[in-house]
Amino acid sequence: MAPETQNPKHGTQNPKPETSSILILGAKSDIARAIAHHYAQAGHPLYLAARNAARLEADVSDLKIRYGAEAQALEFDATAYESHAAFYAALDPQPEIVILVFGLLSEQEEADKDWAKAQAMLEANFVGAASILHPIANAMEARGQGTIVGISSVAGDRGRASNYHYGSAKAGFTALLSGLRNRLAKKGVHVLTVKPGFVDTAMTEGMDTPAPLTAKPEQVARDIAKAIKKRKNTLYTKWMWRYIMLIIKNIPEGIFKKLSL
Amino acid sequence: MSHSNWGNYPITDATEHRFQPGMNPSELNGYWIPRGMGRCYGDSSLGDSMLSILPLNRFLAFDETTGLLKAEAGVTYADLLETFVPKGWFPPVTPGTKFVSLGGAIASDVHGKNHHKEGSLSSHVRSFELLLADGRILHCSPTENAQLFEATLGGMGLTGMVLNVTLQMKPIETSLIALHSIKARNLDELMDLFEQYNHVTYSVAWIDCLSKGNKMGRSHLTVGEHASLEQIAGTKHAQNPLKLPPKKAIPIPIYFPNFALNNLTIKTFNFLYYNRQFKKEKKSFVPYEGFFYPLDMLLDWNRIYGKRGFTQYQFVIPPENGREGMREIMTRIAQKGLGSFLAVLKTFGPQDSMMGFPTKGYTLALDFPITKKLFPFLDELDELVASYGGRIYLTKDVRMKPEMLEQTYPRLGEFKALLKELDPQQRIRSMQSERLRIHE
Ligand SMILES: Cc1cc2nc3c(=O)[nH]c(=O)nc-3n(C[C@H](O)[C@H](O)[C@H](O)COP(=O)(O)OP(=O)(O)OC[C@H]3O[C@@H](n4cnc5c(N)ncnc54)[C@H](O)[C@@H]3O)c2cc1C
Repeated sequence: MAPETQNPKHGTQNPKPETSSILILGAKSDIARAIAHHYAQAGHPLYLAARNAARLEADVSDLKIRYGAEAQALEFDATAYESHAAFYAALDPQPEIVILVFGLLSEQEEADKDWAKAQAMLEANFVGAASILHPIANAMEARGQGTIVGISSVAGDRGRASNYHYGSAKAGFTALLSGLRNRLAKKGVHVLTVKPGFVDTAMTEGMDTPAPLTAKPEQVARDIAKAIKKRKNTLYTKWMWRYIMLIIKNIPEGIFKKLSL
Repeated sequence: MSHSNWGNYPITDATEHRFQPGMNPSELNGYWIPRGMGRCYGDSSLGDSMLSILPLNRFLAFDETTGLLKAEAGVTYADLLETFVPKGWFPPVTPGTKFVSLGGAIASDVHGKNHHKEGSLSSHVRSFELLLADGRILHCSPTENAQLFEATLGGMGLTGMVLNVTLQMKPIETSLIALHSIKARNLDELMDLFEQYNHVTYSVAWIDCLSKGNKMGRSHLTVGEHASLEQIAGTKHAQNPLKLPPKKAIPIPIYFPNFALNNLTIKTFNFLYYNRQFKKEKKSFVPYEGFFYPLDMLLDWNRIYGKRGFTQYQFVIPPENGREGMREIMTRIAQKGLGSFLAVLKTFGPQDSMMGFPTKGYTLALDFPITKKLFPFLDELDELVASYGGRIYLTKDVRMKPEMLEQTYPRLGEFKALLKELDPQQRIRSMQSERLRIHE
């Protein structure tokens, strides 16, 4: 397994009791659903938030029937910035763990032709994330506890021709998370950056991704839960992506620019 | 990407799309076919493009007092069991593997070991929502869109995509099966035993197909009921009567070489299997898992047949021709020596549905590795089966001729006409439906 960097200050602190509530932002994606199942099974109450929340009602009944879990569907739009503060303040009780899963990926070629597509990726993946984390970080800082988990991407580790709008927004998000970690670590708030590589989801449908490098959403969920418990800073999933990205990041730019990646 | 179903034959290049709510299949290019877990043996869920129901896998509503369940069609039997056995409910009809979806089970109108008492899945489905080729969604039940309801149960996905199902579950008191296993020396003895135990809910026989002469039909009959609390009182299991069986699975990581399964290995296997029970009869309480899903513990056991793949030949023949027909067919199989690893005999009660497989009689299922000699031989068997008034199961089929289908499914014309009416362009097609010329 990969040697994960431990946060020395909080490495031994106890995990939350099982009753702590969890907010999942962008609850419709396959990864989000796997996370919801994982925590519902363990008995945590859940807030499931996404656009067109009516569609989440099926998940709410599913989690209740399968695990007897308490879950609530909430309307949330990552780019309706002005709604974010009120959205978060209205949650009662306030969630102990916030997991930000939403993201938007369009074909790079289409984004190259159509600025609106590029802009939408930058907004949802970066500005939207920064906007909703604003009230969350403040509230958790004031309470002196809480966990923020951001699902960023290995695509943010280095800009590539095939997905640089998505990648740069995720790079921004990764930097935002590390900044928040730096700010909040002293206040007892844990910030976890998750960088999935290939995941077998609707997002990667039709891409013939190599099996050994492709994680199932359930595995991503398990890895995240473990990383939360151990208060890790950065999680690559599957773990080998840490090394793949290490290599990719270290290719000299003179060579890198000639590669088709 | 290349795809195949459980028999690893045929292998085809096709695109698989994940179904998402709101998706309109009329926007797909070319022909498409619904797909579940790919546990049919042949080409029923293969086609140009395949629309997977698996992303729709939520339980929508459950009434704890009546056992009425509404679930999305991508829910698997494994999900059903894990969720509802601990609550005291069991699927009313279950196939021999739990790795199938509800949608797939409806499309094949699956049967279990209880058909003679409780019918096929169609007897327990109250309603479903069906997505048609043109994007319309219709609610179907015995009273609403009744013809479509009937045609979809056993219609091999050709009427449209089942999105969700309302199903009557069956109450159980424990997760154990009260099992009674009896050895039969030959086919006659087995048939007598089937009659004698006809009142028991579940029954199935495992036959050694290679024994000949007066040993032909040498077999084990196992019959069972869900054990009651009273039956297991005082045992350790009574402390947690609805406990799920432990999850243990043995993966088969590689394809076996083709020579691994030959007559000698099968003979040895069958000999050991027959003789594992020394006594003529044995009664015991066993977890439901081993009783209903004996092969699920060997994950990917289909790889035992090697890369050439295999098929399952399953037919039913009416009771009046049962003994004679079975004897003749089994004699042919034993003579031919094409090697059947598994031969399973069950009985069906009366049923007469449009495309559903079960009709009153005996059903035998045999696995065969794909070889050059196989298909001509199965064509011969088809003739025999048809001559005894029988038919074969579409979800296991990979090679039947259209004439055989025509001859043995008397309501095929009605089905074809309905498909034309529903979908004039006939956009929903599988490799199987084209092979069987269902759209002509
Ligand atoms: C080990 C083993 C044991 C078995 N035992 C039995 C048994 O005892 N009794 C029995 O009856 N069968 C048995 N089967 C067969 C199996 O139950 C059927 O083939 C079943 O249909 C497989 O379901 P699936 O989800 O894998 O569907 P697939 O194999 O993917 O598809 C099967 C058919 O269902 C259609 N379909 C799938 N989903 C939908 C949907 N949502 N809406 C409409 N159509 C759909 C497909 O188009 C296709 O025609 C067994 C199979 C195996 C591998």
